[in-house]
Amino acid sequence: MRSILNRLLLAIALVMSPIAFTQAQEHGHEGETVEHGETRKEGFDVGGMIMHHIKDEHGWELAHGVTIPLPVILYSPDRGLEVFSSSRLAHDQVYNGYKQVHGKIHRVDAAGNDDHEAKFYNFSITKNVASLLLSAIILLSIFPAVSRSYAKNRGKAPKGLQSFLEPIILFVRDEIAKPSIGPKYVKYLPYLLTLFFFILVNNLLGLLPGAANLTGNIAVTLVLAVITFLIVSFSGNKHYWMHIVKPTGVPWFVLPIMIPVEIVGVFMKPISLMVRLFANITAGHIIILSLLGLIFMANSLGGMTTSIAISPVVLFFTLFLNLIELLVAFLQAFIFTLLTAMYIGSAVEEHHEADHGIGFEGAEAH
Amino acid sequence: MDLLTPDLGLLFWQVVVFLGLFLILRAFAWKPITESLNERENNIQSALDLAEKTRQEMTALKADNEKLLAQARTEREAILRGAKETADKMVADSRVKAEAEGKRILEQAREAMQNERQALVAQMKKEVVTLSLDIAEKVLRKELSDKSSQEKLVNDLVSNSRLN
Repeated sequence: MRSILNRLLLAIALVMSPIAFTQAQEHGHEGETVEHGETRKEGFDVGGMIMHHIKDEHGWELAHGVTIPLPVILYSPDRGLEVFSSSRLAHDQVYNGYKQVHGKIHRVDAAGNDDHEAKFYNFSITKNVASLLLSAIILLSIFPAVSRSYAKNRGKAPKGLQSFLEPIILFVRDEIAKPSIGPKYVKYLPYLLTLFFFILVNNLLGLLPGAANLTGNIAVTLVLAVITFLIVSFSGNKHYWMHIVKPTGVPWFVLPIMIPVEIVGVFMKPISLMVRLFANITAGHIIILSLLGLIFMANSLGGMTTSIAISPVVLFFTLFLNLIELLVAFLQAFIFTLLTAMYIGSAVEEHHEADHGIGFEGAEAH
Repeated sequence: MDLLTPDLGLLFWQVVVFLGLFLILRAFAWKPITESLNERENNIQSALDLAEKTRQEMTALKADNEKLLAQARTEREAILRGAKETADKMVADSRVKAEAEGKRILEQAREAMQNERQALVAQMKKEVVTLSLDIAEKVLRKELSDKSSQEKLVNDLVSNSRLN
């Protein structure tokens, strides 16, 4: 019952959220310009700060004013490939006819106005891409090394990093892959392990101060969900697809409802994966940033003394939430991997269930 | 760079990096790791199986030993009992034999004694007869040494005979 309710809420949230967010962003942008221009010059914009932290950017801003420039890679049909440092676009500079507006690169003409006609594609190494590459380096330095120590300690007890990671690998194998997929798990285990450790490492990296919010980015979770969707669809056996168009043991007059529900279900599964990871990680970042933002809000509302007075309380809660976020980092990696395994399991499962009380003859009809 | 609209660049890099990671890790990490994990698990399992098998063999062996021991014990008892029986029988037999022998010896002795005595008695009778005859001869000889006594005797004998 709860899971149905959750799905319903998720679906509503999914449908509503783009609208709500676009509106919020538009409002935010308008508000910012108004506020920055006229009324609250020294007021602290918590929303802006949070959005700035959880969104991607060109250049990696470690702290206020300390930015590591990253390469901007643009491809446009008329100009070809262009690569330059993101520092050239800092402080609203125009470079090569490109200008950065609210973190987004726009093409401008000679007069400095937006050129909406010119098409270009942005493949820049942004903060998130840099973080992605960093996580790839971490994973590639850890696991092949662990693999080598397996070769070295052949048939012996694990040592060092190997003994730290082995329980996690065994957990993914024995608690996620084996029970969810069944005897065919071996084929899917490498993907599940990659998925688990990729999400875990990026979740943990995202908790570091000044780090990127990679697993809280919809593009990243979208790719992971699409890969899962493709694997599930290509692994699906006859029974999996037949179950969608002809659910066994369902009276014929329910079929007009059931078939659309099943078809929606096929797509809802990866979408729920995508949104769950994105929303959980982003929400965690927003909560922590909001709490820290309280200090600065107190500063702008009640002055220095107030902000110092509430700091210990805020810090306590932030620490507490950081610990929860650590848990969430593991939990979301686990849930994403587990659900992927379960979806694969439902696709490759041999037919021996869901006759809904009709009897085995009915189930064998197809 | 909005929250809910995926960026093309990040999508592209995520696909490239994730697939690259997957392929590299599958080849250089997951495959060797899972293989050696399986190998080690199999080793441990077979070692455990072997231990269990050995334990069962030991139990079987112990049971066999017990059985053998019990068998040996019963055998020993049987042998002892047999030996005792034989000994008892031998003792009893020899007693019977000894008794019979003793009886036979006694009988023989008695017989021999009887014969001796009879021989002795016969001898003595003979001796007594010769002795009596000798004495009688000597007495007669003394009685009839002179003429008067011979006449007297003859007279006596005649007188006695006349009366009849």
